[in-house]
Amino acid sequence: MTESTNSTTSTGEDRLSVATQRQLMWWRFKKHKIAVISLWVVIIFYIVVLGAEFLSTSDPTKGRSARAVVPPQPIFTFDHGAFRLHVCGIKGERDSYTLQKTYKTDCTQKIDLTFFAHGFAYKLFGLFPTDRHFLGVAEGQGVTAEESIFLLGTDEQGRDLFSRILHGSRTSLTIGLIGVAMSLTLGITLGGISGFFGGYIDNVIQRTIEIIRSIPTIPLWMGLAAALPPSWSIIQIYFAITVIISLFAWTDLARVVRGRFLAMREEDFVTAALVAGAKWQDIIFRHMVPSFYSHLIASATLAIPFMILSETALSFLGLGLRPPAISWGVLLQAAQNVQAIALTPWLMLPAVPVIIIILALNFMGDGLRDAADPYSAVESG
Amino acid sequence: MLGYLIRRVLYGLLTIFAVSVLSFTIIQLPPGDYVTSYIASLEAQGDEVSAEEAAALRAYFGLGEPAYIQYGKWMWQIMQGNWGMSFQYRVPVTEIIGQRLLLTIVLALGSLIFIWVVAIPIGIYSAVRQYSVLDYIATMFGFTGLAIPDFLFALVLMYLAWDWFNFSIGGLFSPEYLSAPWSLGRVFDLLQHLIIPIVVLGTSGTASLIRITRANLLDELRKPYVVTARAKGMNEWQLIFKYPVRLAFNPIISITAYILPFLVSGSVIVSVVLNLPTVGPVLLRSLLSQDMFLAGAIILMIGVMTVIGTLLSDILLGIVDPRVRLR
Repeated sequence: MTESTNSTTSTGEDRLSVATQRQLMWWRFKKHKIAVISLWVVIIFYIVVLGAEFLSTSDPTKGRSARAVVPPQPIFTFDHGAFRLHVCGIKGERDSYTLQKTYKTDCTQKIDLTFFAHGFAYKLFGLFPTDRHFLGVAEGQGVTAEESIFLLGTDEQGRDLFSRILHGSRTSLTIGLIGVAMSLTLGITLGGISGFFGGYIDNVIQRTIEIIRSIPTIPLWMGLAAALPPSWSIIQIYFAITVIISLFAWTDLARVVRGRFLAMREEDFVTAALVAGAKWQDIIFRHMVPSFYSHLIASATLAIPFMILSETALSFLGLGLRPPAISWGVLLQAAQNVQAIALTPWLMLPAVPVIIIILALNFMGDGLRDAADPYSAVESG
Repeated sequence: MLGYLIRRVLYGLLTIFAVSVLSFTIIQLPPGDYVTSYIASLEAQGDEVSAEEAAALRAYFGLGEPAYIQYGKWMWQIMQGNWGMSFQYRVPVTEIIGQRLLLTIVLALGSLIFIWVVAIPIGIYSAVRQYSVLDYIATMFGFTGLAIPDFLFALVLMYLAWDWFNFSIGGLFSPEYLSAPWSLGRVFDLLQHLIIPIVVLGTSGTASLIRITRANLLDELRKPYVVTARAKGMNEWQLIFKYPVRLAFNPIISITAYILPFLVSGSVIVSVVLNLPTVGPVLLRSLLSQDMFLAGAIILMIGVMTVIGTLLSDILLGIVDPRVRLR
């Protein structure tokens, strides 16, 4: 990266000198190519969160044992040179010796697919009842999507993995957001108090953070998560897990906030506010916090992947969300042993979105961190 | 140095206190008290427990008294070496975790060494050759290591080791060495089995250390003394290793204090997947079967171990960088 003023012409310099801070940040962010791509990836993922039902081909909770562990199956676009979106029918056979079930594709039976097809009924965004899906079986085929379309195969209970991954994104990705929101609240409040008042209070809060950071988190989470009553509903468990994860995750954010506060406490505008008789809450939340919003957003972005991984790990161990809840961690529970990898490797596919979103959030956070301070000479650590 | 040392030890003790309160809370969390569960587990196995015996047990653990007295009694027992009984295994807790704890430490330290050996050279190279192709590759590698969930990585490596090398890596010993006395062959066997868990645990920690090394070294490299040395015609790599790298090392040591809890945490999950005889799988099983004495003891032990490790790295930092003693 080069300093933006170096390469721009005089008109560019004019543009630069009148640009708002937000524009400067956006320009700086755009220079980090991978971060921009990552931003799009993240946006797409959250669109999937919103429209999971519409994008799914099958009902993620319905399965039939006759269609258990079907391997991923391709979609064909051409038939005898003419465009015809279809999948082939499959036939299940049991090996008479090993009793293992194998599936054979039977391309004499072609099932036509169409966009915006009818499928299982749902409410779009939880509001509009409909049964349209992005992709589904064309009308008059005599089979349902649950029986015929297996883009990424099915699990042991014959449920469509593709649809389940889409639905799992909803839980896994929102846990990150809600968790970060909670950690931010805790982090800004405690970090802010710590940095603003300094002295004795600062010392106590800093020691507390040090103590929390030196405790191994996963064993503690496991302990807390195992203590959640089994009678709780999915929603209750979901929130409890989020609280447990953010209980330990706020420390990083608090440290960032405190560092900013220490640096900013001596600035003129804070002194001015103090002299004018503003209350400390107002100084923190109305004057100081807005001036490092961008840094906060960057730190928060970098905290989300950690939460997603934590939820995945807890659910994988069977201590987090439990079926019938669907999350990426819950889905990966099916791939818990070597047999699963050897015989049904597609059950590991839920890991792919995990890896992609975590990479994307990390790169995006990296770019945001660089962009957060658009006046600095370009340099990121 | 002495003042620094005392302060550090005091913080350590405070942390241990916090961990012990947390562990005690976890023991207390499940509904019902542990004597009830203990009696239930005894009766399930055909033992009769009289009302007097139950009352004696209750008094022994101070049940029915305020929580802080129960906590005091529990801590008092622990300090005397009585960690309580495991309901599930029907043996004292110490018997179960003794050797497993040792292997947990070996695993965490092994991963720490792996992280240092991998991350520091890469970090140095990335800083010296900033924005080079290898710098980008290193960054990608680091992030990818961060992004792959530990448990999944462990599973895949386990499968590949089995599929390609016909090498079974569940557990820490091959069957023929499982109960054999210690010998050179057994140590070698153990090392072989440790490779995958260490690589899995290590990769998740390397990313942050690469970035920290790189950032710190970049800060140092821009300082005037580097320019001076270069202007005087000093050999480039000699210069880098003699001055900036040494200065950039201090933050690396201090970050170790935070990597350690992270590694111990991660080792729990990796051990569950790879079925290693560390405390991880026992912790999981005890939590799932509500064997809270065992679970509480393990969490406490893991916490204490981490605190000791952190304390050691703090002392090391105090020796290497005298400035921190004054903070």
